[in-house]
Amino acid sequence: MNNESILQVDNVTKNFGGLTAVNHVSLELHQGEILGLIGPNGAGKTTLFNVISGVFLPSSGHYRFMGKDITNLPAYKIARLGIARTHQVVRPLNDLTVLENVTAGACFGRENQSLGQAEQTARAVLDQVGLIQKKDILAAKLNLPEKKRLELARALAAKPYLLLLDEVLAGLNPTEVANMLEVIENIQKDNITILMIEHLMHAIMRISDRIVVLDYGQKIAEGTPKDVVNDPKVIEAYLGDPRVAQALAAEGKE
Amino acid sequence: MTINANVLIASLLDGLLIGFVYGLAAMGLTLIWGVMDVINLSHGALIVLGMFGALLAVQSWGLHPYIAFIIVSIAGLFLGVIIYYIAIRRVLEAPELTTLLSTFAVSMIIIGGGTAAFTTSPRNINFNLGTISFGGGANVLGTKLAAALLAAMVTFLLYMFLYKTRIGKSIRAVSNNRAAAELMGIPSMQILALSFGIGTLLAMGSGALIATLFPFNILSGSVYELKSFVIGVLGGLGNPIGSLLGGLILGFIEGLIPNFMDTSWTPVIEFALFVIILLVKPQGLFGSKD
Amino acid sequence: MRRIILSPFLWIGIIILAAIATWPMATNNPTLREELFLILMFITMALSLNIILGYTGYVNFGHIVFFGLGGYLGIYVMSTLHWGLFPAMIVGGIGASVFAFLLGAAILRLRGAYFALATIGINETMLALAGNFQPFGGATGLTLNFRIYKLYGGAGKALWLAFALLAAVTIIAFIASFIIEKSKFGLGLMVIREDEDAAMVMGIPTPLFKNLAYTASAFLPGIIGVLYFFKNGNIEPGEAFNLEMSIEVLVMIMLGGFGTVSGPIIGAALYEEIRSSLIVNPLLQSMHLVIAGLLLLAIILFVPIGVVGWIRQRVPAVRRYLE
Repeated sequence: MNNESILQVDNVTKNFGGLTAVNHVSLELHQGEILGLIGPNGAGKTTLFNVISGVFLPSSGHYRFMGKDITNLPAYKIARLGIARTHQVVRPLNDLTVLENVTAGACFGRENQSLGQAEQTARAVLDQVGLIQKKDILAAKLNLPEKKRLELARALAAKPYLLLLDEVLAGLNPTEVANMLEVIENIQKDNITILMIEHLMHAIMRISDRIVVLDYGQKIAEGTPKDVVNDPKVIEAYLGDPRVAQALAAEGKE
Repeated sequence: MTINANVLIASLLDGLLIGFVYGLAAMGLTLIWGVMDVINLSHGALIVLGMFGALLAVQSWGLHPYIAFIIVSIAGLFLGVIIYYIAIRRVLEAPELTTLLSTFAVSMIIIGGGTAAFTTSPRNINFNLGTISFGGGANVLGTKLAAALLAAMVTFLLYMFLYKTRIGKSIRAVSNNRAAAELMGIPSMQILALSFGIGTLLAMGSGALIATLFPFNILSGSVYELKSFVIGVLGGLGNPIGSLLGGLILGFIEGLIPNFMDTSWTPVIEFALFVIILLVKPQGLFGSKD
Repeated sequence: MRRIILSPFLWIGIIILAAIATWPMATNNPTLREELFLILMFITMALSLNIILGYTGYVNFGHIVFFGLGGYLGIYVMSTLHWGLFPAMIVGGIGASVFAFLLGAAILRLRGAYFALATIGINETMLALAGNFQPFGGATGLTLNFRIYKLYGGAGKALWLAFALLAAVTIIAFIASFIIEKSKFGLGLMVIREDEDAAMVMGIPTPLFKNLAYTASAFLPGIIGVLYFFKNGNIEPGEAFNLEMSIEVLVMIMLGGFGTVSGPIIGAALYEEIRSSLIVNPLLQSMHLVIAGLLLLAIILFVPIGVVGWIRQRVPAVRRYLE
């Protein structure tokens, strides 16, 4: 990992009517790192993802990707520059096959591949995430863990520089979590920068290089996993959710 | 064209009275849209069914047209529930194209059956309540005034039902958020069936009233269906009470335009307005569900 | 490209369509020609509507607008400016496409049922407008001078010419549909149909793609509008902008199976066959609309994927021949 900055979020705010979902958040991602984004439900994590990927325009603030201001670009232009994402609630393209889903990801992603190339890319990525034997079935027919892999594969096929992962581990059993973590680590080895939202504390603490904590739309902590789990402000933010607070405390003791 | 103030007032008054009936016609469409997100393409056919129901009741059974209006409306309630269970329930969760086509199929069946039974020759209900003068040459037909009053009364009853009764509140809850309503223990299937029934009641009832005002044939429904779309968008799709205001606006426009240009321009202006409102303010002029 | 050119489906389809087109010519049978004219016209209407409806997932009730507008433009340049049939066809097609492109920029922002409603509104606006637009003859419309057919060897020959041109347009519609389905553009449209928000995040320029699909879907209807009204000799608003016909074309696509190339073709042919056999049968004549309605309802309730979709699901072996 080097220290070259790939994404700078500068003072971004997003309001919905009277509600401030993201409140003056700044953060920076370095080339090749995994940055974990955590925080209680409703902290504004997914909203921040939606802003970065261009689904929502921010109410104020700026963000730059690889030196280029992308604040007001539409989502598809941001995707073309090399930011791909998965969704918290999986969004398979139900009436298309698994291969077509991932081919579409490669086709319209950063490299703007031709259909033939894209299909090659899709096969390789499906192999990487372990879905290759399901390539010809309709996406609607997959089970949830498979749909999560499909979602990841579609984003990866775009050959992004930056990958935004929104709770890819949620709903998976421990074996599936372990498999998925392995896949994510391999992605990092390919020098793709990752920003990931996760509720599964032990997993995100293990895999992240750094952690940013949001609460009520504001950044309340930032640092290595070890710093963050020992930060009283973070434990306090999670008090409404004792199970997570306990998990955090347990991580801190290790 | 010179504008005569008396003629203008008379035509505006006439337009507004018709507007009440237009509003009633659109109410069923917007109620169904609001509760289940279904654009009911059988709406016009149901309006026509109401017209012919009233015609039969008056001509064959010798009933008073306003008694026929009540009977036709009640029949509409039951017919609507039946249509819901046959043609809507199975496809409610499917993409909108499916419900558009299933309701269109119902329309084909009604219009086809009606054409076979009644042919497409024009009909009218012979009914006259004289002319009522508002002074200054502003005269209106008694039947139009009575139809407007009946339409206003039905709107009031619908309002009381939706806002003051438990079942009505359940309908509004389902309309706002079906999943949340189900969590609160509201049986959404029955509520949806009832809403389709009420929507049909309103459509057929308005047909029975229109039949006392204008001549009609089995194909007349499409005109009122299209007007209902325009009104629905004016008043806010999903907002049945807004339909009354939408109807009055449409009636006002129809009363106004012939004073300034050829009547044939009326539909151009109406439909252009319709498309523009959809583009600029799709939630309707008076707001409604988003 | 190789995959497209070597597809057995493409060549079988072209051969069948060409055979259908030459059949009335070979037997010199004008009655058959008139029947097939309607079928080929509906096939082209259904194939072109399928681009925006079947692939992109936008329910367009106003497809007939392009047919009517193209027809009006073509008949206008022929009757008033004395242009020939071929330039008139080009004017009709391009006019309809330009109109679709401008209109699409506005209304393709609407989604779902709102878009469907807007297209109904557009249809009715055009109908009412044509009735008031004096250069297009207002409510009475435009009539071609009978002498115009002399340029094409008399009325009899002109009808054959119109049929041959329509057959060519139908084959073009078929090939174009197949290329779109197998192209990157087509895949992008299908992603939009499945999930427009996900499509944006995946890098698909959705506003452009939707508008290109809409514009492309307008081109061939504009051309066949010119052919149809050239054959009829006159055009009037009610026939040019007939909402019922728009909906019928929609029903054909549903009957055959939307989002496939063979679906609209089979659906259009089936629908037209069923309708004409119902109309000629005196017993069923009065009930044909009822029967058609019951059929449509049954398809929607029980076979929503259409005939082609159903066969493809049941007999996977035929998929290569039934795209």
